[in-house]
Amino acid sequence: MDFIAADYWLIALMSILVVASLAMYFIKNLIHAVIVFGAYSLVMVVIWLLMNTPDLAITEAAAGICTTVMMMVVIFRTKRREE
Amino acid sequence: MRDFILKRVAALILPFVCVYGFYVIFHGHISPGGSFAGGIIVGLSFIAFSTIYGIEKGRAKLSEDVLTWTESFGTLWYGIMGMVGIFKGVPFLANKLAGIDLGLPGELFSSGLISYIGLGVGIRVASTMITIFFTLMEDEE
Amino acid sequence: MIRKIMILLAVLVAAYGVLIAVAELPPYGMSDNPVHNQVSERYINDALEDTGALNMVTSIVLDYRAYDTMFETIVLFTAALAVVITLKSDKRKERSGK
Repeated sequence: MDFIAADYWLIALMSILVVASLAMYFIKNLIHAVIVFGAYSLVMVVIWLLMNTPDLAITEAAAGICTTVMMMVVIFRTKRREE
Repeated sequence: MRDFILKRVAALILPFVCVYGFYVIFHGHISPGGSFAGGIIVGLSFIAFSTIYGIEKGRAKLSEDVLTWTESFGTLWYGIMGMVGIFKGVPFLANKLAGIDLGLPGELFSSGLISYIGLGVGIRVASTMITIFFTLMEDEE
Repeated sequence: MIRKIMILLAVLVAAYGVLIAVAELPPYGMSDNPVHNQVSERYINDALEDTGALNMVTSIVLDYRAYDTMFETIVLFTAALAVVITLKSDKRKERSGK
């Protein structure tokens, strides 16, 4: 298989996705995990743009921010308990 | 969130964000985007407004009655648009079969029922997001 | 300890099977993949003529698959309804009623 330049960008960005989703699992502080989720959706927008799907890029940008805001509100409404 | 700079910047930017959301809704059949993304952008502009200026001012902009009506009638609007096909004697939600003039491709009000259905879906998604946000933020006192 | 080793072995075998299955897939984005059958051909060729919308995604979502989108909006309605039912407090109503 021969790669072109866009493929290397895709591989780099997708490895960022893997690292971000593993980080979301291992981070204990919920606010930090939600911030990492925002970064995840931002990287996902760039990947959709590289794959020539601006439709999904716009939807991912809007929906990613909206889910982040909703999760923030839910985290602020709940109480934190140390184990 | 009572910062002076934040309030001024939000007052400058948020109207354009709302107008851009309606642009994405109305041009859903011409340019990339669509009614779901546009509706979420419109909802996000109101969510940002009520985060920065306080939930009471946000509620003053969009009262509960307006949210209830748009929430309930978005789906009904979809059904009404589908019934156009039934009245013309063709299947439910038919567009070209119902004999509607499709117009010139690329114009704003072309493609028959698609633009009207998209407007309903966009307003409906926006009101859903704002309703969920207001309900979650309610007891913040 | 032996249990953990067994779990690790099971996970490795499952991962090997999945990777074998992925290696059998046709390469991504090729034009002669079995995904590109007569259905997508029909959409690509006739979408503009059938619906008059330049954006093909919108013409599929709001015209060819309009039932799907209709019940998707009902799913959104149900989500908002569930949030309102569980979290809405009667405090505001009492305050405005007094």
